[in-house]
Amino acid sequence: MRAYVCQRLLIAGVTLLGMSLLLFVLMRLAPGNITDVIFESAGYVDEADRHRLEAELGVDRPVIVQYTRWLADLGRGDLGKSYRYDLPAWEVIRPRLPVTVELAVLSLVFSVLLGVPTGVISAVRRGRPLDYALRVLSLAGLSMPSFWLGMIVILLLVRSLGLIPSMTYVSPFDDLRANLFQFLLPALAVGYRSSALIMRITRSAMLEVLREDYIRTAWAKGQREGSVVWRHALKNASLPVVTLIGIEFAFLIGGLVVTETVFNLPGVARYLVDAIQFRDYPIVQNLAMLIAVVVVLANLAVDLLYSWLDPRITYGGA
Amino acid sequence: MATLPAVGVAIPDPRPAARRRPATLARFVRKNPLGAAGGVLMLVLVVAALFADVFATHNPVRTSSRVLVAPGGEFWLGSDNLGRDLYSRVVHGSRISLAVGLASTLLGAVVGGLVGLLSGYVGGKTDLIAQRLMDVMQALPILVLALVLAAALGPSLTNTIVAISVVIAPRAARVVRASVLSIREFAYVESARALGVGHLRIAFRHILPNTFGPFVVLVTAQLGGAILVEAALSFLGLGIPEPYPSWGRMLSIAAAEYAQKAPWLVIYPGLAISLAVFGTNLLGDALRDTLDPRLRGS
Repeated sequence: MRAYVCQRLLIAGVTLLGMSLLLFVLMRLAPGNITDVIFESAGYVDEADRHRLEAELGVDRPVIVQYTRWLADLGRGDLGKSYRYDLPAWEVIRPRLPVTVELAVLSLVFSVLLGVPTGVISAVRRGRPLDYALRVLSLAGLSMPSFWLGMIVILLLVRSLGLIPSMTYVSPFDDLRANLFQFLLPALAVGYRSSALIMRITRSAMLEVLREDYIRTAWAKGQREGSVVWRHALKNASLPVVTLIGIEFAFLIGGLVVTETVFNLPGVARYLVDAIQFRDYPIVQNLAMLIAVVVVLANLAVDLLYSWLDPRITYGGA
Repeated sequence: MATLPAVGVAIPDPRPAARRRPATLARFVRKNPLGAAGGVLMLVLVVAALFADVFATHNPVRTSSRVLVAPGGEFWLGSDNLGRDLYSRVVHGSRISLAVGLASTLLGAVVGGLVGLLSGYVGGKTDLIAQRLMDVMQALPILVLALVLAAALGPSLTNTIVAISVVIAPRAARVVRASVLSIREFAYVESARALGVGHLRIAFRHILPNTFGPFVVLVTAQLGGAILVEAALSFLGLGIPEPYPSWGRMLSIAAAEYAQKAPWLVIYPGLAISLAVFGTNLLGDALRDTLDPRLRGS
């Protein structure tokens, strides 16, 4: 077990190192370096100023030095400086974190609340109209761009109820109701989309478990349907679902990127889009790295959770 | 005394004709009504893309002074903020969506598939390195990686295709590698090797064709994803540039500004994206059930 944990940690480390290399190379591919971008908006180019800035940023140094320096900065938790806001990047990111975390958690909760029960019902009623209806409904969720779903929901709210969700962020500590009202719709839009994957995996895991002998025994003992399905079967079917929720997490963050933009929520994902649009490349590089760290850690956590949940799995040889 | 049927007289097959010689399409429709519905949606998309000029009533990029006209009358689905006919733009948009979706999915699937074939067949260090590379490329959510790639490459039609295919490649590699690993152990591969067949020939002639089933399933499943990523990139202004009528682009910030005054600008392009992706998802699911025996009945 210990060897397994070490191995997984090593792989996670290698993955993140590779990601840093990939991002670094990609950002160097982008047209123009950061000084071009800054001076372009300033409208004039003074060569001396430009060289001073290049020296300050270190972009005149060899690429290897730039890369190792970036890694060292990241290691110390220094996320660089935002050129757009002229602030340390961390100061821009920090107030945005709670927004993204709240949205991500709410979306995950919705996707599980929607996905697991519909998956179970669909498996139990397999081949019946209800099964078809639920599958179509969930597949429809997977097919709609979450940002479009968000736009339609806002449109409906404004048209039919005359309600306009606040366009500025309300902290839950100031006004919980306004905050929830603001987050409910984007979280539902993202959660509905993500629930489709959870629903499918729950359904197929349940179908597999429902065929097992111990389920037949439970039926034969005269247990009620609710007990057989929700207590006996779902417990054993939940393993693949737990794994998926980890993978889902990455999928969900992707969904947040556009949703935060549509609902005008000042989150981290929105900042990434802003930074890309304003060509604030150091920030893009660091934010993408931050997201990769979160995703890799989430996958690691799920792997370890998996071995803890299922004692049959041993990792001696793995 | 009953006579035995003379030799040569065909003994009637007791099974009904349809069972004896299954018309595969009809059977597919009956067994997978949802998949068939998906197939119809895909067909509509392909026909719209091929004959966009025939179906369109206006030039999709020509502007006019009749801006934000409500649907009905001359403009079936209304007109946009530059007086362009929305219906014609949505019809022409199917070309962009389908072309970008297909090109990026095929490019990604072929490149990824070759990597998967190589790493699965050769194994050892090659496999290990390929695996770690795939890990790296999957450490970012699809859309985030596509965003960063599109930002690095700059917005253009080709770059959008490249960005999306890079995201798809590792997924294709995983699928092909997994099936190569199991096919490699089959007796017929061993006998081919015993006969002295070269590695390249074994890999491409004996193993690759057998990965076709999962490959088709993957391509169909990724096609919908590719269309969605294109829409999101274009929506954020990092995908297909103007004046191409891309569905995502139509929904872009400009459309959001007019959403209250002209809701049709939001409704129809989004509906087109959703139906196209819905079609690929329905068809993909049905193909998976049919072609992947392990999942049959689940």
